[in-house]
Amino acid sequence: MHAAVVVFPGSNCDRDLAVAFKAAGAQVSMVWHKDSSLPAGVDIVGIPGGFSFGDYLRCGAIAANSPICRSVAEHAGRGGYVLGVCNGFQVLTETGLLPGALLRNAGLKYICQTVGLKVETSQSAYTEGYNAGDVIDIPIAHHDGNYFADDETIARLQGDDRIAFTYTDNPNGARADIAGILSENRRVLGMMPHPERAADPVHGGTDGQALFRALAGALVKA
Amino acid sequence: MKARVQVMLKNGVLDPQGEAVRHALGALGFDGVKGVRQGKVIELDLDAGATEADVTAMCEKLLANTVIESYSVEMI
Repeated sequence: MHAAVVVFPGSNCDRDLAVAFKAAGAQVSMVWHKDSSLPAGVDIVGIPGGFSFGDYLRCGAIAANSPICRSVAEHAGRGGYVLGVCNGFQVLTETGLLPGALLRNAGLKYICQTVGLKVETSQSAYTEGYNAGDVIDIPIAHHDGNYFADDETIARLQGDDRIAFTYTDNPNGARADIAGILSENRRVLGMMPHPERAADPVHGGTDGQALFRALAGALVKA
Repeated sequence: MKARVQVMLKNGVLDPQGEAVRHALGALGFDGVKGVRQGKVIELDLDAGATEADVTAMCEKLLANTVIESYSVEMI
């Protein structure tokens, strides 16, 4: 598995994401936002957490229009895998690769804590290491994680089994308790919680490891 | 030539910041505020000849996220 991790000014989880990919056996390339193309042979692009471009205008809006994001969209268009975590999820909704948007948390506070996540589907390269219905502990750290989409979109996500994770105790007001969603072809995942921060015993939890391991397994087979 | 763009959350999209402002106004004794919606104003300094259509394109592409926000353009 060859993973590329995109780095924007203000990204702060890029190296954590790279470490998690490497621990799962991936070769990792770091890619700068001004680069206009991805390295050859990339299987998956990771869009990390952080505060790209200072969250100016809207979280992820400026990053979504950076040169590298055009290549990321082309990669996704070819059926490539893309994982967006936290600010990365915001970037993916801003690019239109995933539906909906992330609003300010309903309680207005920045929330940094470990939350319970219910795995809603095991039908994806990201979640096949879990069983549907499993509850895992993964940290969140965000101010704008309140997932919003119109009724029709929510119904479509539910009907197509595209909700990957929901919160067991909704911390931010997200509609339908949504913490992470998949694209139509199930190869793009955006999620607010940070699996890369629960991927090593020193993190205090390892429930995120299965995501990276499943991904590595699926992409080796591919 | 200048343009002023006003971006607001769409009706039906919860505006927690507006709600917090409404509560704060009530706490200060300003009764009778039924609702507060908070948005943003973006002023653009443009080359002569820029049209409203140009600014609308900017709104669609970047300045507003039309999933959650509506916008209006005023050429001034």
